Amino acid sequence: MNYLNIFLNEVFKISLLLIPILVSVAIIVWFDRRVWGFVQKRKGPNVVGPFGLLQTLADALKYIFKEIIIPASANKIVFILAPIITMTLALSAWAVIPISEKLFVADINVGILYIFAISSLGVYGIIMGGWASNSKYPFLGAIRSAAQMVSYEVSIGIIIINVLLCVGSLNLKDIVLAQKNLWFVIPLFPMFIIFFISALAETNRPPFDLPEAEAELVAGYQTEYSGMMYAMFWLGEYANILLMCALGSILFLGGWLSPIDIYPFNIIPGPFWMILKILILFFMFALIKAIVPRYRYDQLMRLGWKVFLPFSLLYVVLTASFLIYFDLLPNTGIQ
Amino acid sequence: MIAHAIFFYFFSVIAILSAIMVVVSRNTVHAVFFLILDFVSIGCLFIMVGAEFLGMMMLIVYVGAVAVLFLFVVMIMNVSEQKLSWLRGSKKSNHIPVGLVISIVILLELIIVVGGWKYKGDFLNTRSFNLDGGITNTHQLGNVMYTEYIHLFQISGIILLLSMIGAIVLTYRKREGVKRQNYFEQISREREDSVELMDVNFKEGVKIDD
Repeated sequence: MNYLNIFLNEVFKISLLLIPILVSVAIIVWFDRRVWGFVQKRKGPNVVGPFGLLQTLADALKYIFKEIIIPASANKIVFILAPIITMTLALSAWAVIPISEKLFVADINVGILYIFAISSLGVYGIIMGGWASNSKYPFLGAIRSAAQMVSYEVSIGIIIINVLLCVGSLNLKDIVLAQKNLWFVIPLFPMFIIFFISALAETNRPPFDLPEAEAELVAGYQTEYSGMMYAMFWLGEYANILLMCALGSILFLGGWLSPIDIYPFNIIPGPFWMILKILILFFMFALIKAIVPRYRYDQLMRLGWKVFLPFSLLYVVLTASFLIYFDLLPNTGIQ
Repeated sequence: MIAHAIFFYFFSVIAILSAIMVVVSRNTVHAVFFLILDFVSIGCLFIMVGAEFLGMMMLIVYVGAVAVLFLFVVMIMNVSEQKLSWLRGSKKSNHIPVGLVISIVILLELIIVVGGWKYKGDFLNTRSFNLDGGITNTHQLGNVMYTEYIHLFQISGIILLLSMIGAIVLTYRKREGVKRQNYFEQISREREDSVELMDVNFKEGVKIDD
């Protein structure tokens, strides 16, 4: 009986997190297309519902009622598994994201490592989809995306080390609370920029959307997918983008903390600030999609390995020496 | 405690079954997928015994990086058919003795390790470490690794670096006739360097290239 209680409680908490995320993914897709439209002096989706807000819902309905076509020569189990893995991983990473000081599903000691591990697993959905389609364009897209995601994970990992040096804990709550006086975006500004660009590459967003470059590879690893399975890939992709925005706001923009700790600002509840920061970061994502042309593949690799990696390593050394010289090292847990 | 036991057996059964499937499955890509499942379930077992840092590292390093490279190699080289031919043409296969020798060596090593840990209590003397229950796993690992074992830690890092350099040296070859693009040259081109106005005489033309 006791176990059942715990189980039901957890299911309730999880659904309380997942349903808002799925709804906000729908809204964010609309927002993305709207911003894209406005940059190009178009209107964007504005027909279904007020301001076109229900456009995504209509699209989702269309996907659900379409037939799922599985190619005859595809590896069926892996082909079906790939979108499921993508979406599950994208949603399960949200478990440790603290929306406010008390609003989260799990508060684990190694939260940042958990997110890093889950996002590094995300590459499997793409590789499996590309390989199982048994077709050339998806395969090329999958190979490209695997190389891209692995290389940009390295630079994201080193950027996270920079932040962790200033915090002294792997817990996401501690990371936010350590920014009470100063958001890390100020001392670590170059790292914030590199994190942002790496997040674009990690989520396969333009200008780094080479895995699905439509001019070269039709739609990359998604070419053979149709109906609900395509929608799941697409949902997982946007959930990942939102996750990266949330991670950026936790690591650098002070999570749920208000910008200034004075009267009219500090009575506004934490989730408002968190969502505002995520939205601002996503707005940047959407703008960049509209205004930057796509990278060439060798330029992408060069940027990851020859520019970001050495620079963020150098910054780790700088941060560590600065902290030691001015005796600012956080001493949690060190005897 | 019951839930703990259920989860333990769940993950260990998955780990053992997928380890068997890695060896048995005919398609090499499927074998790599089972290897990934094995890594994931072992990571979960690490987390269950409270070694959350090791479990996450298992996921990040092995699943997130090493297995991706395995998959890469297996998919690009298309060795899934090759493995089939190995299995079928078992008449003159000469890799079974080698495999047997290696597995016997590994079994002996396992016996030594488990025996040492079971029958000699002070084999792993943990007194010398400052194991404090109040601090997290990650801090404890850091405290031990960067103080007691700093030299071994650094040496293993250097060995990894050396093997990386060795792999690069082995595969590097200078190719002839490759047209490389240089960013700075492309961007720093001026109008004067690239455009030239010429007076063309009638019926003579201009020689562009020499």
